[in-house]
Amino acid sequence: MAGDLGLWGIPVAIVGGAIRVSTPFLFVSLGEVLTERSGRINLGLEGTLVFGAMAGYGTAVLTGSAWAGVLVAALAGVVFGLVHGIICSLPKVNDIAVGIAMMLLGSGLAFYFGKPFIQPTAPDLPAIALGGWSDLPQVQAALNVNVLFLIGLALALVMAWMFRSTKVGLTLRVVGDSTDAARAMGLRPAVIRTLATAAGGAFAGVGGAYLSLYYPGSWNEAISSGQGLMAVALVIFARWNPVACFWAALLFGGAGALGPALQSVGVTKGYYLFYAAPYVLTLGVLIATSSTTRALSGAPGELSITK
Amino acid sequence: MAVAESLMQGSARSEGLRDTLARRAEAVVIPALALLAGLVVFGLFLLTQGKSPFSFLYYVWQGAYGSAFSWQNTLSRAAPLLMAALCVALPARLGLVVIGGEGAIVLGGVAAGALAGPLAGVTPVIALPLLALAAMIVGGAWIGASGALRFYRGVNETIASLLLSYIAIALMNHLVEGPLRDPASLNKPSTAPLVEGLRVGNLPGMEVHWGLLFGIIGCVVSWVLIERTSWGFGARIAGANVKAAQVQGLPVGRLVIGFTALGGAFAGLAGFFEVTAIHGTANASLAAGYGYTGILIAFLARHNPLAILPVALLLAGFDASSGLVQRRMDLPDAAVVVLQGFVFMAILISETLYGRFDIFHPERRAR
Repeated sequence: MAGDLGLWGIPVAIVGGAIRVSTPFLFVSLGEVLTERSGRINLGLEGTLVFGAMAGYGTAVLTGSAWAGVLVAALAGVVFGLVHGIICSLPKVNDIAVGIAMMLLGSGLAFYFGKPFIQPTAPDLPAIALGGWSDLPQVQAALNVNVLFLIGLALALVMAWMFRSTKVGLTLRVVGDSTDAARAMGLRPAVIRTLATAAGGAFAGVGGAYLSLYYPGSWNEAISSGQGLMAVALVIFARWNPVACFWAALLFGGAGALGPALQSVGVTKGYYLFYAAPYVLTLGVLIATSSTTRALSGAPGELSITK
Repeated sequence: MAVAESLMQGSARSEGLRDTLARRAEAVVIPALALLAGLVVFGLFLLTQGKSPFSFLYYVWQGAYGSAFSWQNTLSRAAPLLMAALCVALPARLGLVVIGGEGAIVLGGVAAGALAGPLAGVTPVIALPLLALAAMIVGGAWIGASGALRFYRGVNETIASLLLSYIAIALMNHLVEGPLRDPASLNKPSTAPLVEGLRVGNLPGMEVHWGLLFGIIGCVVSWVLIERTSWGFGARIAGANVKAAQVQGLPVGRLVIGFTALGGAFAGLAGFFEVTAIHGTANASLAAGYGYTGILIAFLARHNPLAILPVALLLAGFDASSGLVQRRMDLPDAAVVVLQGFVFMAILISETLYGRFDIFHPERRAR
């Protein structure tokens, strides 16, 4: 019976793929939630993701430790976030445009320093087999869940609690909703936004490390095809709610797994179109959830993207 | 509008030539300094890599402008860059940041490549304009869609246009590997090669194709449109304040869709020339990154179509010399992207400098 799931192989492969593919979406979108809740948008997370993938892989190759790679990727993300945050604190500088430039700079630096790491292999991040209850190898493969996915889930819950009932969370929300109110309370919006962007960058860096150290699990220049950007769109869809980000990331992961899943059961025609599924889904979701007349519910008041 | 215009003329008459020059100089001096700053940062970066910034400049000079051959290479790359930059600069007049020009180039090229087969027997005088028109319509529709989504649904045009660009590239891959594939193209799936008559040749006396001339004309026409017509005036008002423009009765929706579609049409035209003048077929080479370099050019030119001309020449030069730089200095090809990134950052940081120097603002000195 093993190996003969027939058409049932497609949903199983999609669920497994969703779990595998969603992790970078999850980390980038959680990082972007943190940044956007403080009133800034960082479109440059795509560049941070690519640089994190390179930095994580390179470190893992050199040190032999995948976790050291994750750490370095996070630190690189902090640096990128700080640069974005500090530049956007200057008057009259547009955060969306800076994000585009950071996308370019991040990928450029990653490709530049990443050349020597295209060939060597790095150790993988560990995964936990949660599918032992099933005899089916496909189910077992699908439920082989990476540790970072579980960490991401925990982070989403912690962030939701943080925004709801901690001082840090409330401070971020005040700064994000009204610069004037934050100033009146004696807060320094520019500093808080810069720190939030740096923390968001760290998350995106970890998302990149997952790409190169687990799935697809190698470093090359085509490692990310817009996941970082889609994650930014996903945040709008998730209404700046970390737990909703988790579900949205799974949905996007599933869309991303559609092409490979169809290929794995032998569909070879037109699979390029299925590779476009995540982009089409993102665009569809943006169209469905945006509006010209009412402000988006849950949107931080100072966010340039919703004005 | 008439009142505003007469007011503007009035103030222009009352101020001297020197003051006008001082005012204009700000928009030239600050970007130039930013460009220099970006180059200096890149030079420091090269030093940390144990490479000499001066040999870098020397090889860029050689590879981009040092010989007739390198000029040809630079100008051939400038052609699509001019049109890609217009795809960013025209919507920017309405305050829109469109970054999906790459998708319009790719699909414009595919449209030209796909129609070239059925039109192979038609006389080129008729067939070529038809191919160009098809490429412009497809490119215009693709970017115009971002504008329409922005206006009617409030969808952020930056994200939407980049998503559409990814979709365009997937669509191109699907078409050239599937329905439009020439069975004879084995290693690199492509559409059927164009017949000789549909290949666009070179400008008289140059080894550079006609796309360059059309790119230059595009920039001049766009400048006239923005600076000297009521549509351009309306677009600038809507870019500054949408509500005010609507109160004035300006057709904001038509302006948004019109300017984004026109920008996309230029990008589509770039794809047409890439297919008919460079590749002779439509394939994955269309996604060469011109759309992304065009974003940087438009920002460096501060979205002024005439300023795009020199800036595109400069960045085309970086592009054209990258092979030589790579070989002679043993640098990865991504060095050019790093350079572009630094320059882009510098130009955005320089936005904060406008209005800070009294030398550019004679009215303040008078007070």
